[in-house]
Amino acid sequence: MTENGDAPPLVQLENVNKHFGALHVLKNINLTVSRGEVLVVIGPSGGGKSTLCRTINRLETINEGKIIFDGQVLPEEGKALARLRSEVGMVFQSFNLFAHKTIRENVTLGPMKVRGVPRAQADKRAMELLERVGIAAQANKYPAQLSGGQQQRVAIARALAMDPKLILFDEPTSALDPEMVQEVLDVMIGLARDGMTMVVVTHEMGFARRAANRVVFMADGQIVEENTPDEFFTNAQTDRARDFLSKILTH
Amino acid sequence: MDELIKYAPDLGLGFLENVKLSVVAAVASLILGTILVAMRVSPTPVLRAAGTFYVNVVRNTPLTLVLAFSALGLSDQLGLVFSETPLTNSFWVVAMGLSAYTAAFVCEALRAGVNTVPMGQAEAARAIGLTFTQSLTMIILPQAFRAVIAPLGSVMIAMIKNTTVATAGGFLADAAAVMKITFDTTGASIPIFLGVVVAFMVLTMPVGFFAGWLQRRLAVAR
Ligand SMILES: Nc1ncnc2c1ncn2[C@@H]1O[C@H](COP(=O)(O)OP(=O)(O)OP(=O)(O)O)[C@@H](O)[C@H]1O
Ligand SMILES: [Mg+2]
Repeated sequence: MTENGDAPPLVQLENVNKHFGALHVLKNINLTVSRGEVLVVIGPSGGGKSTLCRTINRLETINEGKIIFDGQVLPEEGKALARLRSEVGMVFQSFNLFAHKTIRENVTLGPMKVRGVPRAQADKRAMELLERVGIAAQANKYPAQLSGGQQQRVAIARALAMDPKLILFDEPTSALDPEMVQEVLDVMIGLARDGMTMVVVTHEMGFARRAANRVVFMADGQIVEENTPDEFFTNAQTDRARDFLSKILTH
Repeated sequence: MDELIKYAPDLGLGFLENVKLSVVAAVASLILGTILVAMRVSPTPVLRAAGTFYVNVVRNTPLTLVLAFSALGLSDQLGLVFSETPLTNSFWVVAMGLSAYTAAFVCEALRAGVNTVPMGQAEAARAIGLTFTQSLTMIILPQAFRAVIAPLGSVMIAMIKNTTVATAGGFLADAAAVMKITFDTTGASIPIFLGVVVAFMVLTMPVGFFAGWLQRRLAVAR
């Protein structure tokens, strides 16, 4: 699925640079994500993975370079930016479900307010999506009443409700108790199977091996290495990557 | 006690004016305060600066001066007339000044509430494509409001008591003014004084209890 003939990539980053004050967090990043591709981003803490992810829907602005999504340079602000964001789903490490809204309302809010979908239709779709992630029975509860794994699955349903062209996942399982990690990964693997384009920051090697087309290893704001999951995990090319892998493999 | 009974109808009418002022100022200050807090957290520097300027000036000006300003400055000088009837006109002048003053405190209470809403809520709202205004009105402010219902109750209690300085804006028919006029004719009377105090407590105490109850009821679980 990676090689997609002459179809243009869905996401293209060209010479992207980003500074937080004196800190140079993204250094000359060049990266493309093809339609239907699942890209895993891995690397040590502080390497710039989250920042990279967040620049793609412009939750972080960039200082230099260009980001093209679906053939268009990212809009700077306003309505056009809101429209772009509605086409890019995002799943956060800390779920960020709307705390004052029920599970169902969390899923219907975007379609109703951003797309103008009538309530009945949005409700129906929400229930289908909640069914798909296995949370339909909790539709009328509030986020705080659900476990972390359940909340994260709702967050995925909320993203899916917008029919996004791409979903960004920033360490979706890092905040979860170990026994809940798999239920979230299973939903993600299902999405990957269905052809969703995904950029996933994660250290879950099992997920990378089963679902990813490509692994990007980031450290110190740079893309150090890029490979297929099997190649990367068994035969990393750089010392930096081998060193990192030896650390995550031992615990 | 006799004088309280004797003057009760007059005082009651005066007190009714305090109640009316309170209701108008509560509604208007909550609306204006919400607009001000939206300005103060907006991404537009000009709006932010204007909101900050307003709050800092109004909040630090004694209420009597704010009321005198709305009476002398706006009403007399600029010819802002709400009604041909002087008493009705001065009622609205005072209501406007009191609302403008209270709004600054409502704004600051709400802003404290905005600070209790985690960053991730706004990010998630933006990430699904809500505009700034939508994310403010649908996600941030509803949660901010629930977090500060009790402090807003205190702001409202202060506002209700502040209706007694309505005379500073030329409104001479509220309970405090009537009480003063009564004292001028009968001499100071402890029963009348206590009667007015009790009337205000009957008004303000439920506001405090209700706000506390509502805050607990509507609290957002995280
Ligand atoms: N808003 C910010 N202001 C200043 N510095 C920031 C900000 N966000 C991130 N940084 C810094 O930028 C660097 C990259 O951060 P980023 O969160 O992208 O790393 P990461 O690879 O996602 O790390 P982790 O695995 O810990 O999540 C870090 O040094 C971080 O401290
Ligand atoms: Mg991160």
